[in-house]
Amino acid sequence: MEFDHIIIRYGEISTKKRNRKGFVDKLKANIRRVLEEFENAKLSASRDRMYILLNGEDHKEILNLLKGVFGIQSLSPALKIDRDIEELKNAVLFYFNQLSRQVATFKITAKRADKDFPYNTDELNHILGGHLLKNTEGITVDVKNPDFNLRVEVRKEAVYLTGEVIQGAGGLPLGSSGKAMLMLSGGIDSPVAGFLSMKRGLEIECIHFYSPPFTSERSRQKAVDLAGKLAEVSGKIKLHIVPFTDIQLLIQKQIPENYTMTTTRRMMLKVADKIMEKQQGMAIITGESLGQVASQTLNSMYAINEVTNTPVLRPLIAMDKLDIIELARGYDTLEISNRPYEDCCTVFTPATPKTKPRRDKVSFYESFVDFDELVNEAVNKVETITINHKQQKDLGASDEMEDLF
Amino acid sequence: MIYFDNSATTKPYPEVIESFVKVSSEFFGNPSSLHGIGAQAEKLLTKARNQIAELLDIRGSEVYFTSGGTEGNNLAIKGAAFANSGKGKHIITTEIEHASVFDACDYLKNNGFDITYLPVNRNGKIQLADLVRAIRKETILVSAMHVNNETGAIQPITEIGKLLSAYPNILFHVDHVQGVGKVPLDIKKSGIDLCTISGHKFHGLKGNGVLFIKDGTNISPLFSGGSQESKKRSGTENVAGAVALAKALRITMENQKTGLEKLKAIRQMLWEGLEAFEGIEINSPVEGAPHILNFSIPGLKSEVFVHALEEDGIFVSTTSACSSKKKSPSRTVMAMFGNLERAESIIRISLSYQNELQEAKRVVKMVRNTVNNLQKVMR
Ligand SMILES: Cc1ncc(COP(=O)(O)O)c(C=O)c1O
Repeated sequence: MEFDHIIIRYGEISTKKRNRKGFVDKLKANIRRVLEEFENAKLSASRDRMYILLNGEDHKEILNLLKGVFGIQSLSPALKIDRDIEELKNAVLFYFNQLSRQVATFKITAKRADKDFPYNTDELNHILGGHLLKNTEGITVDVKNPDFNLRVEVRKEAVYLTGEVIQGAGGLPLGSSGKAMLMLSGGIDSPVAGFLSMKRGLEIECIHFYSPPFTSERSRQKAVDLAGKLAEVSGKIKLHIVPFTDIQLLIQKQIPENYTMTTTRRMMLKVADKIMEKQQGMAIITGESLGQVASQTLNSMYAINEVTNTPVLRPLIAMDKLDIIELARGYDTLEISNRPYEDCCTVFTPATPKTKPRRDKVSFYESFVDFDELVNEAVNKVETITINHKQQKDLGASDEMEDLF
Repeated sequence: MIYFDNSATTKPYPEVIESFVKVSSEFFGNPSSLHGIGAQAEKLLTKARNQIAELLDIRGSEVYFTSGGTEGNNLAIKGAAFANSGKGKHIITTEIEHASVFDACDYLKNNGFDITYLPVNRNGKIQLADLVRAIRKETILVSAMHVNNETGAIQPITEIGKLLSAYPNILFHVDHVQGVGKVPLDIKKSGIDLCTISGHKFHGLKGNGVLFIKDGTNISPLFSGGSQESKKRSGTENVAGAVALAKALRITMENQKTGLEKLKAIRQMLWEGLEAFEGIEINSPVEGAPHILNFSIPGLKSEVFVHALEEDGIFVSTTSACSSKKKSPSRTVMAMFGNLERAESIIRISLSYQNELQEAKRVVKMVRNTVNNLQKVMR
């Protein structure tokens, strides 16, 4: 017995009246991308649902991939059966046995669009329910609040069976909320901030600050690998690698030690702002969480944020570290983030950074130094790479290395 | 030449040797070195790890490189025993395990652990009921091989795993050395905590293996040292070997997709050709692995038989390679049939995807001839 189609429901978008079409189109495009490798699967849409006609493709594999697509509320696989009561009985049992979770109670909801069918809905409920009870163990009927409601729909051309409701990822379709730049260090927080932003429909590009020789090739690779994880959601992703050594050296030379960190953050934000403008983004995303480290106190944010009036989005601002770690584990980035290499933030961290830096002071210190030229230079020398999810497994390996495997 | 001794070892794929040579000469760095040459080696090691993880449907962090099946089995069993002896000191295994499991358990027995050896039936299988009966409060480990190296008997690993899932204190180790690439095993769905494979059994190189250690599983290392492989297996990583193993596994899994039917056909032909012949008793179960066929010629010395076949360019073995020089009866066949004469006269034919159907035809003919000739001489 083969599954015929998958029903896709989109919750939150249905309520967004005005932008509805844009949302649905984005979602369609994102689903199409996931379906690329399944040649026979066809996507079609009605007012508040989409359908994937499987045409023989493996429904389990497709369901698994769709579970990661933002904007989908829930999914249901459906069977198509000939209008034959014996086949229908087998199909009901088959559907029940392949459920992905255990259920204790069920009911059957039959509908008859075609009144020529020899059994009416009551008879169908009775026959099919009886068949299930006879051939399974430990389940009972509950018509009010069943764990599993098996829907049987009799139409002219065939009978359709569905009922399992698989939770989708929720959120909004990727790209439906515009574009923003994610400041991607190598740490635990920033990739999580990226995932949460994508979940609310943002398309993101990543910015990573690279300070050779103070930080190694390996810490750069970390950023590349993390961006690769984000690309699993979006298919591909851009990573802008900013050469940051010169700016950091100038800061170390010219700014009093307990303010170097504040200035460093301000310069990063300036660079990110300029890249964002070029890429036509509308916000900057960071992985900051209030009070986690010296640069993330409210005083620090106040002093740092002064350099831009671009919205700085901080999806993790109210989260505890342990919760962020849990999310990182779920998104499968924790292991990469935990690799022990220095990044540009850790190498130059002063012994006693100011936890309450002042705007006026940091501006005053910076007023004696010309950073603009170096900032522009850094922006001009950005190396931009596009990480494609499909090729991502081979990241960073040369062709010569490729042949070895 | 007809090489029918692929369970002893396989011939490495030329592409595998090529990779090994190239990595050894051009990417010779130590993955722990900070500089670029080290980083390149590390990159290769990571890539090898990820490729193996993907092929086995596990996580990269669960792949631990070892020196082969023997080390993998020792690390799994002794490591699990030493790390968890606080919870109990009872271990369950089977009567037909490879020496690297059997003797590791024996070693633990001499060091304060209690071992239960489960018997097998005439099909070489343990009974789940026996396993249930053997489980105690202080049981910490069950070790069972997937495919038996002597007869190809397959244990019901998935069922065992399901059963053990009700006992959170018991780790489940599977010796998958003979099964990988030949008999599918879903490591994750089978509730396995530790799983051993060895490169040279699937056209990789000797001295490379992988132990799957499920994330979060507590085992003690056997070696003290530089903390490589997440502290579970110290020693500078064998990068070239890891890459070679990853490649061999990829090619083997590809061959598995197209070659399994051929393998079954070859075994079927051998089976039919030998079963019909008087004086031969087949020891492998019908439902066994597609690449191993074990039979006895009671009354004939199997060593003599192996050499006689060799004169015709056919290479098979008596018992498992490691015990064949000891001239002891086959422990597996003894456990299955309890018949010493049968266990002392066994011949094992073992196949790989490189074998062909006409080789089987020739082997059937030569086996028959050889038996006839020898029986004339020896009587
Ligand atoms: C079932 C089984 N386990 C373990 C081993 C040992 O593997 P290795 O030779 O790689 O040490 C072998 C092979 O001899 C085997 O057949």
